[in-house]
Amino acid sequence: MAEPERAFVNARLIDPAQSLDTPGNLLVRDGIIIALGPDIEIPDSAETLDCSGLAILPGLIDMQVFTGEPGEEHRETLATASLAAAAGGVTHMVVMPNTTPAIDDAALVDFISRRARGTAMVRVHPMAAITKNCEGRIMTEFGLLREAGAVAFTDGDRAVMNALTMRRALSYASNFDALIVQHALDQDLQSAGVMHEGELATRLGLTGIPVAAETAIIDRDIRLVELTGARYHISQISSGESVEAVRQAKARGLAVSCGVSAAHLMLNENDVENYRSFAKLNPPLRSEDDRLALVDGLADGTIDIVVSGHNPQDAEAKRQPFAQAAYGTVGVETLLSVLLSLHHANGLDLATLIRAVTTRPAQLLDIDGGTLHTGACADFALVDMEAPWIVDADALKSKSKNAAIEGRKLQGRVEACFVNGQSVFDSKTETTK
Amino acid sequence: MTSAALNFTFPFRDLLGIEGLSAADITNLLDLADTYVDLNRQIDKKTNILRGRTQINLFFESSTRTQSSFELAGKRLGADVMNMSVSSSALNKGETLLDTAVTLNAMNPDLLVIRHGDSGAVALLAQKVSCAVLNAGDGAHEHPTQALLDALTIRRRLGKLSGLKIAICGDITHSRVARSNLLLFNAMGAQVNLVGPRTLIPADAERLGANIYHTMREGLEGCDIVMMLRIQNERMQGALVPSVREYYHLYGLNREKLAFAKPHALVMHPGPMNRGAEIDSDLADDTEVSLIRDQVEMGVAVRMATLEALAANLPNMMQSGGTS
Repeated sequence: MAEPERAFVNARLIDPAQSLDTPGNLLVRDGIIIALGPDIEIPDSAETLDCSGLAILPGLIDMQVFTGEPGEEHRETLATASLAAAAGGVTHMVVMPNTTPAIDDAALVDFISRRARGTAMVRVHPMAAITKNCEGRIMTEFGLLREAGAVAFTDGDRAVMNALTMRRALSYASNFDALIVQHALDQDLQSAGVMHEGELATRLGLTGIPVAAETAIIDRDIRLVELTGARYHISQISSGESVEAVRQAKARGLAVSCGVSAAHLMLNENDVENYRSFAKLNPPLRSEDDRLALVDGLADGTIDIVVSGHNPQDAEAKRQPFAQAAYGTVGVETLLSVLLSLHHANGLDLATLIRAVTTRPAQLLDIDGGTLHTGACADFALVDMEAPWIVDADALKSKSKNAAIEGRKLQGRVEACFVNGQSVFDSKTETTK
Repeated sequence: MTSAALNFTFPFRDLLGIEGLSAADITNLLDLADTYVDLNRQIDKKTNILRGRTQINLFFESSTRTQSSFELAGKRLGADVMNMSVSSSALNKGETLLDTAVTLNAMNPDLLVIRHGDSGAVALLAQKVSCAVLNAGDGAHEHPTQALLDALTIRRRLGKLSGLKIAICGDITHSRVARSNLLLFNAMGAQVNLVGPRTLIPADAERLGANIYHTMREGLEGCDIVMMLRIQNERMQGALVPSVREYYHLYGLNREKLAFAKPHALVMHPGPMNRGAEIDSDLADDTEVSLIRDQVEMGVAVRMATLEALAANLPNMMQSGGTS
């Protein structure tokens, strides 16, 4: 028996996929959006929810989420990550394969999907490894992995260092039109480096990571994309020079795309001053000029995607001397708020920002989602676009509390989140701690 | 000598680096250290300034000379001194650095002297303990007492620091001595040249307030002091420098290269020396030009001064009793 319609009325409807930003109502039945717009008819039988003061956005697709499942469940499980995602309006998590064991076999892709169905509040899409155990040597079974549900291929936080292996992976992936996602950081050039190379690293006595460690891989890979015609994506770029390299590759018509992390749009190298290991990221936070170039690259479309790069680490792994501390920050819960803050503070175009976490990743990964189209799954977030708040890591839902943007003032916050029309997060029913 | 109140205020709980110290702070420490040089030359070298205080020397990196210098300094001031050497393997057994800090803190030390191989590790520990912390070298970051003892050595010989031109030569990238000395000399108005091959000069070093040179001829020109740094053997096997013999040929200090500096320029080295690699053995031992032995003597005096300055800020009541 069909359940009654639910009407979300008096909202601001924002859906870049339809070039939509208008006051209106949204009607859901059986987990599907059946109508939306300013003048749609609301049946008397519909259960009505007044959304005055709130915007309805398509549920976000976060294209880079690390969890600890399987292998390091003390850091994060699919279940706990999904709670954080729901609280951040993220209805699709693309999870990384560099777990223990690595997701390099169809049975493991299946494992992730089954665990997600059983435990996660939001949709989970696994990426699979490019090479066995993410070691950069032996190619995985792209065909079988895709059939099992892998949406793209990446070795997680390691670059495929061997150029021949990378050429073959790109070439073989192009058989399936599969997307190869590179972590562009040359491990040899990185060497013992732990932060951006420059004056601050020199002053702190820490080994730097030159920008060239990133651009060397990107430049090499762009040559290989020309050679193979494959679809290639850089998971996160961190420098202005990388923005320029991608801009030129796109101008030449290559199927090259890239992402940036929310943290890299908000922070710079100075956030690691005083050996603040919570801002130790991979790729590293770079100079303020680099950060500004990333913001510009996002604004002009050179950067396609914004990810959280959500990488939960327990306090013990972070509270170490800087060189020994683990990389990464949590972020799936704050992804949207960071973007809205950039909109408010820097005047970035809202539709461009939202596309980078909805339609663009949906296109690249060929998944349904990221829009409020009639007939689409009712995955969306109710957002107070203006609400100011301060990031308190302890209040975040992730199992780990390593937030690089701890203490930052953000503007814009998710009030509720729906997947398949079902509530997965509601700030009103939250027990505040 | 009996305990007397410090005749200056040292406005820090810990001494984690030269960074943040003013010229006045540095001068006060050097003046106090000067008095200890005289004391250390007497037969009765003992004072009771730190009587009842517990000083723990916590060394995660082995170091004979720095550790014994701190030990002697603490003992001459009357403190109970305990040495703890923690090999890195012990930490690999699962105890984190912060576990170690909590354990030590429970022993109620008053002064903790720490050396660690990672930049920033001493500052991290300092956040977690309730006693005064003295950085005895952290990674490639800082080694403040070395810079102070170098400054004292120079000041006693030349009477001043300001206006001097000082060359620091060798492996700048990996040297905490270079960083602390650069900060101190800049604060005191001396001019610093950093000299070394490009593979051993860190990125943007010129922005730290030094002139950068890649030849000894240019780098030593007009210098009053030539300070040589130790270069690790493993860095001279093709990784950063092709060989010891090439390094010695280009950067090893001998009388010929010393002649590029001012006449009567003085030679320093924080030790331990690689004779025949970064410095000529005969030159190192020539007390007419080499201050290397003075440096060791000044080390004890400077460490006494820094321990006393930090101890002066310690509360006089037990904190655990609730009366802080």
